Amino acid sequence: MTVTSSADLVIAPRPRRARLASVRLDGFPVVPGLILITVALVAIFAGQLAPHNPEIGSLSARFRPPFWEAGGSTRHLLGTDQLGRDVLSRLIFGARISMVVGLTAVIFAGVLGTVLGIISGYLGRWVDQVIMRLTDTWLALPPLTFAIFLAAIVGPSMWNIVLILGITYWTRYARIIRGEVLSLKEREFVRLAIVAGCSKPTIMLRHILPNVVNTAIVLGTLELGVVIIAEAALSFLGVGVPPPQPAWGLMLADGKQGLMVGYWWLTVFPGCCIMLMVLSANLLGDWLRVKLDPQLRQL
Amino acid sequence: MKQYIARRVVYSLLSLFLLSLTIFFFVRVTGDPAALLVEPGASPADIAAVHHQFGLDRPLWVQYGLFMSSLLRGDLGQSFYYRVPVMSLYLERLPNSLILAAAAMILSLVIGIPSGILAAVRVGRFWDSIGKIFALLGLSLPAFWVGLVMILFFSVYLRWLPSSGAGTPLHLIMPAIALGWAFAAAHMRLTRSAMLEVLGSEYIKLARIKGLPQSLVIAKHAFKNALIPVLTLAGVNLIIMVNVAVVVETVFAWPGIGRLLYEGVTFRDFPVVQGVVLLGGAMIVVVNLLVDILYAVIDPRIRLGS
Repeated sequence: MTVTSSADLVIAPRPRRARLASVRLDGFPVVPGLILITVALVAIFAGQLAPHNPEIGSLSARFRPPFWEAGGSTRHLLGTDQLGRDVLSRLIFGARISMVVGLTAVIFAGVLGTVLGIISGYLGRWVDQVIMRLTDTWLALPPLTFAIFLAAIVGPSMWNIVLILGITYWTRYARIIRGEVLSLKEREFVRLAIVAGCSKPTIMLRHILPNVVNTAIVLGTLELGVVIIAEAALSFLGVGVPPPQPAWGLMLADGKQGLMVGYWWLTVFPGCCIMLMVLSANLLGDWLRVKLDPQLRQL
Repeated sequence: MKQYIARRVVYSLLSLFLLSLTIFFFVRVTGDPAALLVEPGASPADIAAVHHQFGLDRPLWVQYGLFMSSLLRGDLGQSFYYRVPVMSLYLERLPNSLILAAAAMILSLVIGIPSGILAAVRVGRFWDSIGKIFALLGLSLPAFWVGLVMILFFSVYLRWLPSSGAGTPLHLIMPAIALGWAFAAAHMRLTRSAMLEVLGSEYIKLARIKGLPQSLVIAKHAFKNALIPVLTLAGVNLIIMVNVAVVVETVFAWPGIGRLLYEGVTFRDFPVVQGVVLLGGAMIVVVNLLVDILYAVIDPRIRLGS
């Protein structure tokens, strides 16, 4: 009697929805998630949301403060910059640049690093030696300095920045994923695949890759913040997204001119946007790390 | 031990070789490197002279040989803007960068180590959470924005500190905070994990069983051992600070290497940009080698285990 009842207890399935929710969304960082979704929506609908053209201003309306300060008006809610351009509109279009550059650079670096990591770990021997020595060398290069060097060679443009950041930040993926592949390739299912006569590319693509995707996604989320800051820094230094495009880093560089006379809104708003986005990406990355990949918890 | 050190040295030399190869490759990958190596607006005769000087009309491996031989002689080329060798320009700026890095390092250790210990002793409680938030902010706030906001408060509104330049200790305060901030968070995290590891060890339990008061256990037994990894990381970070300070130095017009790199980019002074990258990478490779050797000397497990 007691035996059956305890067995019933064990077998009794929990409602499917509740189980999914507890597995998938337990501890989901709601606020950071909402912030990132908002930024993404703002980036997509920038054209509809922005009250003014972000690249054209009127010189008669230069350095207007936000609406709640003396001299400000609701026409320019967050004020105007040194060329009379609307700060709010530039922030809205800047979200698009940060999102596009951040996501594509992270994906590019992730694909490059994952592919090299899998090849290095699975093929081993001299291929591994070559790729890992190259990774070591690139890790020794200070990333931002290296990115500036590359930018000085290829010249500034938004897509060049994506390329540069991808080439600069792939090393971390390669290192960690190689380590995972080294343990994966000793596992039964890989050995069985070899016995079954699968070719090396097939094994890497069909059997190894699906097992390291989680790690790559976690690393990518954690890297998103780093890449967004790097993009802002490059733009700030004048080797990133070229003016007059409204990148947040570029807005900070422009804002520096007005800083000494107290035009705080040109510095504070773009910086807050960068901070909020990076903070959200980091919190989301932390959560994903614990959820998807317990092995990476120490990272 | 000798074998271990020899292998480390060979790896480092290999890294330096790959570093020079990487830089060499990227300068040539976009087409004609002469376009980068001559001054903007140079005449065709000047371009032809550069072609000859760097052997750009000869096979790639000859070009690389020429590139390496001048590197090994310490010749990084001539700055277009300052009209002096890049090497002397670099050495002239290096002391300023080191001063800034040292100040930022002291600051980051003074903040990072005590807060890390506090977080480890009170793990999972209030101070640990505060520490986590602090670490997250260190990771998420761009150093140059921290710098700009500080200028706004301390230079523009309060008029306490000079906003740019160098020369007095007052000039050092804000750049050191902007640069040291992120590192303080890193040092806090490492101190915390090192302390947690030490606090879980047998001899700490013994010290507690002996009846030593908590403060003595932490200060005398745990702290000393937890300090080793933190100070090692600090040594490496000092060199990294010299090489990542470019944005902070630009914000505060601090005349260090980062500022030199910024000037190189702004004035399209390519030899300067190339020189700063090469020397930065080489510096980090050498410091990593020194740390590896130092570790092997201190800890027999490393040299025997490998």
